[in-house]
Amino acid sequence: MALLQVQDLLITLKTAHGPQEVISHVSFSMDAGEKLGIVGESGCGKSITALALMSLLPPDSRISGKILLEGRNITNLNSREICSIRGNRIGMIFQEPMTALNPVKQIGAQVSESIYLHTKLNRKQTLEQVIELMDKVGLPMERFPLNLYPHQLSGGQRQRVMIAMAIACSPDILIADEPTTALDVTVQEQILDLIQDLADSSGMALVMISHDLGVIAQTAENVMVMYTGNVVEMGSTIDVFQNMLHPYTHGLFSAIPHVGSSAKQSKKRLSSIPGQVPELHLRPNGCNFANRCQRASSICNEKEPSETRISEHHQVWCYHPLNRQDKRKIKK
Amino acid sequence: MRIFLVKRVFTLLLTLLVSTLVVFVVLEILPGDPASIMLGINAEADTLNALRQELGLNRPILVRYASWVADLVTGNLGISYTYDVPVSELILSRITISFPLALMAMTLSTLIAIPLGIIAASNHNKPMDFMVMGFSQLGIAIPNFWFAMLLTILFSITLRLLPAGGFAGWDAGMVTALKSLLLPTIALALPQSAILARVTRSALLEVLKEDFIRTARAKGVTNQGALWKHALRNALIPVVTIMGLQFSFLLAGTIIIENVFYLPGIGRLIFQAISQRDLIVVKNLVILLAAAVIIINFMVDLLYAAIDPRLRGGKDV
Amino acid sequence: MFKTLAELLGHGLKNWSFVIGGAISLLFFLVAFLSYFWTPYPVEDINISERLLKPSTQYLLGTDHFGRDILSMLIQGARNSVIVAFVAIGIGIGCGVPLGLTAAARKGWIDEFIMRFNDLTFAFPALISAIMITAILGPGSVNSIIAIGIFNIPVFARVARGAALSIWKREFILAARSAGKGPFKISIEHILPNISSMLIVQATIQFALGILAEAGLSYLGLGTQPPMPSWGKMLNEAQTFMHFAPQLAIYPGAAIALTVLGLNLFGDGLRDVLDPKLRRSR
Repeated sequence: MALLQVQDLLITLKTAHGPQEVISHVSFSMDAGEKLGIVGESGCGKSITALALMSLLPPDSRISGKILLEGRNITNLNSREICSIRGNRIGMIFQEPMTALNPVKQIGAQVSESIYLHTKLNRKQTLEQVIELMDKVGLPMERFPLNLYPHQLSGGQRQRVMIAMAIACSPDILIADEPTTALDVTVQEQILDLIQDLADSSGMALVMISHDLGVIAQTAENVMVMYTGNVVEMGSTIDVFQNMLHPYTHGLFSAIPHVGSSAKQSKKRLSSIPGQVPELHLRPNGCNFANRCQRASSICNEKEPSETRISEHHQVWCYHPLNRQDKRKIKK
Repeated sequence: MRIFLVKRVFTLLLTLLVSTLVVFVVLEILPGDPASIMLGINAEADTLNALRQELGLNRPILVRYASWVADLVTGNLGISYTYDVPVSELILSRITISFPLALMAMTLSTLIAIPLGIIAASNHNKPMDFMVMGFSQLGIAIPNFWFAMLLTILFSITLRLLPAGGFAGWDAGMVTALKSLLLPTIALALPQSAILARVTRSALLEVLKEDFIRTARAKGVTNQGALWKHALRNALIPVVTIMGLQFSFLLAGTIIIENVFYLPGIGRLIFQAISQRDLIVVKNLVILLAAAVIIINFMVDLLYAAIDPRLRGGKDV
Repeated sequence: MFKTLAELLGHGLKNWSFVIGGAISLLFFLVAFLSYFWTPYPVEDINISERLLKPSTQYLLGTDHFGRDILSMLIQGARNSVIVAFVAIGIGIGCGVPLGLTAAARKGWIDEFIMRFNDLTFAFPALISAIMITAILGPGSVNSIIAIGIFNIPVFARVARGAALSIWKREFILAARSAGKGPFKISIEHILPNISSMLIVQATIQFALGILAEAGLSYLGLGTQPPMPSWGKMLNEAQTFMHFAPQLAIYPGAAIALTVLGLNLFGDGLRDVLDPKLRRSR
């Protein structure tokens, strides 16, 4: 049985333009120890998906579909049951380390809180555990006493504290929502390495959410590409990156600037996907990407594409997925 | 930490000094001739001159100012012109009423307001929240002296449970004394608590939107837990600010309420001094009250540093 | 900022606080305005034979201990409250906003100085300032206006400074500075229009507070003097008759409470409408 199974997830949020579907027809699964990346532009729904897994959606949101954690549906639990899952079976780290920690509480207390909540360890045991955790995330006690306050740490250090809090109870799944976006480039590498090492050594499953294809390439073995609330392509990272099928995925890749060595390459303009991401309430019928897609045909504007399984580890949601010849043509 | 303390103490002393300057300028320089104000327009030249001699009004301004400040520091608050009694004695006899009254009112106000604010925040947009907000809006709009009158009409006149005014003195027994202070305390406390409840509620709601609350919930902290263990202490910072500010309003309120209930406290003293044009009492009492407010706000600043470690200027790693 | 008043009203009418508060405030201003032209009975007339009558068709709210019609007194009292509170805000804005803008524009020691001055003024609540002023100058409505106005200055200075500081950080200000505009011009042309909504909201709040303060001062005898009626003075006179004519105390107090409530509600609604970003948790 898969560790996590998401079936046909649909989430509606209250917006200024009335209730809007922010996620629809999202289905995926994860095995124990698997590393899944979710990639897409801002607003495509990747963070919402993560929050849904943690049941941290705003109170006036509606959710339908199923989220099965080891076969158990966690979308309709009462608050006590949810609280026993959060931090315990699923941990999460967020994007903004500067504001994510309680400014008036010592870091040691913030890490030990998870342990107190979910285990029956006594004070001494908890303290030992906290010291060990801080060591694991690269904040050894000798240099970082537990009675420090968050404002005394840098962004990268605060992110490490958040990681320590998230893995304190050895959760089955760790969700990392853009964990390095707000950090300096040099620190980004360190944090990504840390997350990967922790996941590898403990057998934790990892959900890495990012808009940065490089981060996904480095950390995820499987990837899910999202656009305006739908999954458009999904498969193993190698398959998707080398053999991308969805025009949007291709657009994402083409938009990455390449440092060229040959004169021919450096003369090429940076390509971008024409048009703009449609606002939630202005999404077209049919495929959401159709109005920006050069391959669109009439059926693309009428009906949303359903899943096409190209291989065992590669699926796409498109009527006109790319093949090798198309890609050579586009390259020119 | 030490630098923080030194800075604050320095600011405190500076503010106190400037306040004395303000009071001195307003009450001694601006009126021109304090003596004629005190004695009235019909006073004879001889009496005026005698008073001027007595008060040392013929000395140069700076000397007068310096000797007044020196007197203040040593606790000499002058002699009341009307009663011919040291002002400090007058104040001491009155403060046994005003101080307990202010203290009880502040305590009652806090005891009502903070729990109400917490209840409102935890039941946001539910009936309980609206009720607290309604209470708050009413409390802010009602003048405390009118509220005092309404209380008197209900409890003293109609129900005859409590005295309508006056104070028998602490010697007449604790119960009697406290009975006289009950209605004044409530009249003072309720409007204050309305404002404080509102501030507590909005401070909590603001904090509950912050990122670190989401982090706490992601750890498995319940909503109630997030409020009590994480939000409350952060929300206390703006709440404590308002409480400090409220002290000066409380002082003003005490002056009014004492007049409503005929309590022989500081408030009535200042009043009588004005109608008797006893500038000495007015001057020294005003600076005393201003000093009390400034010192309280200083203590509030210290309280901030106790609540918010970011203000302590600790070592960074 | 809204381009037209109509747009503002359109949004406002959806907000119940704006509507109810606005209605009450409007009523209050209308009554105050009305007092210049007509009151049911003249308030200067003393009719001892008609004293302390209960409400009737002749005297809608009854008469007071001097035989004056209570309703007429309330109407004139409204005018008195408006004038005092209004001029007091004028003083507060006129002195406070320039101070706050200067503090935000100049920073450095000018800023420190102005903020310390602010803190100092907070140490002297309106009542204490009023006491000092009336000790020398004697009681009167002008003196109470000055006292309340003085207390409004640090409030507006603080609000103006805080709002201005956040505008100064914005990029279009940087653009103006790069183009060579001086801080004075920037303050007038760019900062001021952008902080005006906060100032308007604060003005509504201070107006309500001004009415309360005026009532308190008149109650103590430090403010408006007879024969001009003031709600506070009416309460003071009513106190002597609490035992057998409690209604004398109820009307003026209710008038004060209702007006202040309406103004506060309107201020809250206005704040929500003018700048939803300003909106604190309601």
